[in-house]
Parts: sequence; C-alpha cells; structure tokens
Amino acid sequence: MKESAGMGRGFARRLLRNRLAAAGGAVILFFFLVSALPGLFSSHEPNRIDIVNILRPPSAAHPLGTDDLGRDVLARVVHGARVSLKVGFVAVGIATVLGLLVGLLSGFYGGWVDAVLMRFVDMMLCFPTFFLILSVIAFLEPSIWNIMAVIGLTGWMGVARLVRAETLSLKERDFVAAARAQGAGDARIILRHVLPNTLAPILVAATLGVAGAILTESALSFLGIGVQPPTPSWGNILTAGKDNIEYAWWLSLFPGLAILVTVLGYNLLGEGIRDAADPRLKGR
Amino acid sequence: MLRYIARRLLLTVPLLVGISLISFLMMHMAPGGPIGAGTDLNPKATAESRARLKAYYGLDRPLHVQYGRWLGRMATLDFGDSFSPDGRPVAEKIKERIPITLTINVLSMGLIFLVAIPVGVYSAVRKGSLFDRISTVAVFTGFAIPTFWLALLMMILFGVKLGWLPISGISSLDHESLGAIGKLADRAHHLLLPVLLAGFGGLAGMSRYMRSNMLEVIRQDYVATARAKGLPERTVVFRHAMRNALLPVITILGLSVPDLLGGSVIFETIFAIPGMGQLFYQGVMSRDYPLIMGILTIGAFLTLLGNLLADVGYALADPRIRQG
Repeated sequence: MKESAGMGRGFARRLLRNRLAAAGGAVILFFFLVSALPGLFSSHEPNRIDIVNILRPPSAAHPLGTDDLGRDVLARVVHGARVSLKVGFVAVGIATVLGLLVGLLSGFYGGWVDAVLMRFVDMMLCFPTFFLILSVIAFLEPSIWNIMAVIGLTGWMGVARLVRAETLSLKERDFVAAARAQGAGDARIILRHVLPNTLAPILVAATLGVAGAILTESALSFLGIGVQPPTPSWGNILTAGKDNIEYAWWLSLFPGLAILVTVLGYNLLGEGIRDAADPRLKGR
Repeated sequence: MLRYIARRLLLTVPLLVGISLISFLMMHMAPGGPIGAGTDLNPKATAESRARLKAYYGLDRPLHVQYGRWLGRMATLDFGDSFSPDGRPVAEKIKERIPITLTINVLSMGLIFLVAIPVGVYSAVRKGSLFDRISTVAVFTGFAIPTFWLALLMMILFGVKLGWLPISGISSLDHESLGAIGKLADRAHHLLLPVLLAGFGGLAGMSRYMRSNMLEVIRQDYVATARAKGLPERTVVFRHAMRNALLPVITILGLSVPDLLGGSVIFETIFAIPGMGQLFYQGVMSRDYPLIMGILTIGAFLTLLGNLLADVGYALADPRIRQG
C-alpha cells in the first residue's frame, strides 16, 4: 500500500533538507529553551520595580532598556516567551482535539450526524472570530486560562472540516474495507485506520494554528483583555509601549520582534511539514 | 441563475436561526443573566425591583417564549438599551459608528487589490525569479507581523520621530474651521495610516492567493492553445490567464468580512477612531452586554451577507458554478 500523503519514510529527510523549515524549527527550539531556562538569558527579575531607572533606553545593564516601572525589558520578553508558548500549545491542543472529534464523527458516520455537526460548524464560522473571543471574555474574567480556552473553543472549525474531508475519502479506501472484513468495529477502524492517516494535515494545521494563537493572544493582551500584568506577555509589554510611544521606542520594538520571529518560525515549519508530507504541493 | 440564488438564499435561513440561537444562549449564560450586570452593581436595585425588571423583559417566561420574543426584536434590529450611563438604544449607537468603519475597510480593501493583484500575477508569471522570491519572503513576513505592532512602529516613525502624520483621532482640533477641501484633506491625513495598516494584513494573503490562482490557470490547456496560436505573451497573460485567475478573488472579498471586522477593533482602538470596532471594545471593557450582543449579531449578519454575495457573485461570473 502506497500512501501519497503521509509521514512515512523520507518525511524527516525531506523536512530537514528544506532550509526554511529547518530554520523555523530552530527558532521554535530556541524559544523552547528560553521558556525552560529563562535565567540563562536574563539575570534580571521580570517583576522587580526600580523607580530610579524608569524608561531607560537600551544599555549594558539593560540590553533592551527598562519600562515605565523600571523593570528590565529583556527579562520581561524572556519570561513572556513561556506565556506565548503555553497559550499557543494549550489553545491549539483544545482546538485540535475538538476538531478531530467532530471531523471524525462527521466524516465517518455521515447522514444526520454529519448534517447536524457541519451546520453547527457553519454557524460558528458566521461569527467573526475576534468578535466572538472578545464577547466571551467580556462574560468571563480575562486570565491566561480563559484566553487559552476561548482561543481553543473558537478555533476548531477549520480542523473539523479538514478531518471530515480526509475521513470521507479514507473510509472508502480498500484497507478500511479489509479491516471491516476482518471484523473490526467502528471504534477500531476510526482509531487505527482513519486517524493515523489524517495526522499529516492535522500537524500542518496545528503548527500554523500555534502561530495564529500566539498572534491572537498578543493582540488580546495588547488590548488589556488577555494576560494580565504583572505577568509579562509580549502583548502586554506592547501596551506599555503604546502608552509611552512618545518616549520609549524600545518598549514597542523588541516584544513585537519576538512575536514576529516566533510566528514566522511556526509558519515556516508548518509549510515545511506540508511540503514534506506531500511533495506535489510544493511551491503552491 | 435565479434558481441558484433562491437556493442559496434558502440555505442562509437555518444559519440565521442558528446565529440568533447562539446569541440568545450566550446572553443567557452571562453571569447574572441578561439584566445581571445592570442591577448587580447597583445598590439601589432591590430584589423586588429586580423581579419587576425580569417581568418587564419577560425573563420569567419559559425559554422558548423568550427566544421567540428575542427573535422578533432582532428582526427589527432592536437590541435593547446600552448599559452605559447614556442608556441609549444599542441600534442607534451602532448606526452612527458604522460609516467610518465601513469607509476605512472599503478603502483598505481597494488598496489590497491595487497592490496584491499585480504582485501575485507578476510572481506567478515570473515564477522563481528574484521578484518572486523577494515577494514570497515578504508575504511570509507579512503573515507573521502582528499588525498592531506595525501600527505602533509606524506611529513612532511617522508620528513621533518625523511628525508627518497624526497618530490619533479622525480630525484635527480646528477641523470645523476648515473649508470643504481642507476638511477632506484633514480627514485623509488622519486616515492614511489606519487604512494602510488595515490593508496590510490582507495584502500578504491576497497576493499569495492571486499567485497560486495564476499558477493554476497558466497550466491550463486553453492558455497553451493561446500561446500556440502565436499570441503575444502580454495578451496571453492579461487577456486569457488573468481574467480567469481573478474570478476566485470575488470569493475572498466576501470571506474577508470577519477578518476586517476583527481588525477594526484593534485599529480603531490604537488610533482612537470612533467606529464600530472601538465601540465594541468599549462595550467589552465596561461589560455592556446589550451592546456586545448587538455588535456580535450584526457582525455575524455582515459575515453571512459577505458569504452570500461572494457565492452569488462567483456564480454570476462563472457559469460552471451555478450548473454544478
């Protein structure tokens, strides 16, 4: 059995040979390291207030300057990496699990299950996502947990449609018929035969999804309805940047650069996984 | 064609019902229910007055009766009164904010088309060239840039350092004293940055989309035929290939409504523009539930309308769709 789209032999080799994807992966690994060992990258406390050194430009003591409370910006950016990572992965985890569940059920069983679930997806897609997220947060308290949940719960529809489409074509394949002939039940067919074959597109969607979730979180935190200070997040450092826009460019520049590089990393890796799993799509 | 439009319209009915149902349920899940926020914080609100309010709004009735009433009010765009101190009807507040939001979005849409289509077409025609590679890198960077961050940087550069452009509001303090042309120039001066930045987000996606459409079309047999006939490359690209590559762009127009609406919250907040996005943000910050639900419902309605127009427009332009 030869699978055209898959993650079998040659996948890792093709992925690593793609220089842009490898660079994206390196960026992601770097930020993993930053999140795991923040002390390695900044010796300052991210929340230590220093009234004497307010809004100081970058210097040897504070490589990225200080904010309006005299806190070291590098330390805050370094510790903000963990927040971004956490939000990105948990939100995408929620979205992926939900999307998988809905997509598999919908695609495999078809009929009224499919009709009901897909109409629900259509309805969810009618609401502008950012509006929906803001509305839900208005009802709840803004906190990192709520942000992760809300981004996840409003981001599963794409995955569901993707998995449904894959499942629809997979369930007609000979190996599914063969499994059924051997007496395999629905659960076994879904888990052992359909699910593994949807992994490549899901991995692509999830990698790109992390990038999206990080962007959304930073926008929410920037607007003051995401991660709440004093917990540093790239978005809420930028809020301080906006408040001090006339005096402190460094507060605006560096956290945004961190977001840009991280998001770029996930996007490049995601595209790389897509190309490596299905080389025919390359360059599209 | 009429049959296609009728069928497409019928399909939106269940969606409309779904939108209203979700909005209704969200309103009910709000902490303290639909009137909670208005009375919970009010020390003068006694249990008795709360019960009276509930009866007034019909909240003591069964849920399906309430939903029916809510549906009836929505049909007449009656979203109730805002919780803010002015207590004005939500519909009225939204109505006065929509024009500026629409203006900015339409202008930035025009900008996207003006830039993205030539870039996409040229990248596709010269695939692998230096221009293609540079624009591909630019597109990837564009996807990854948080636009609110770019907005901050532009404000610092053009507003603070160079002092060329204003960084907030939509008019100068002396706006009223200016002549008609002066007023227009003043408005344009204020809207330049917001429009540029609102368009930026869509630019990357659109040029990428245009490029892959074009690559798709160029491989088709009829393009090869046109070349084989000896037509000049210009004619092949612009008359034969590009016209068909442009068709799916109609769809993007309709589908970008939710993104544009979401973006307007961020831009209008950053640049202090009194549009619907800023109104929504203020509503969220002050937990003005009727306002939030009103804008959310209108946003969903606009999205649905965008999808509908996209499908109908596409069917009008491409006979293959309406027969399929």
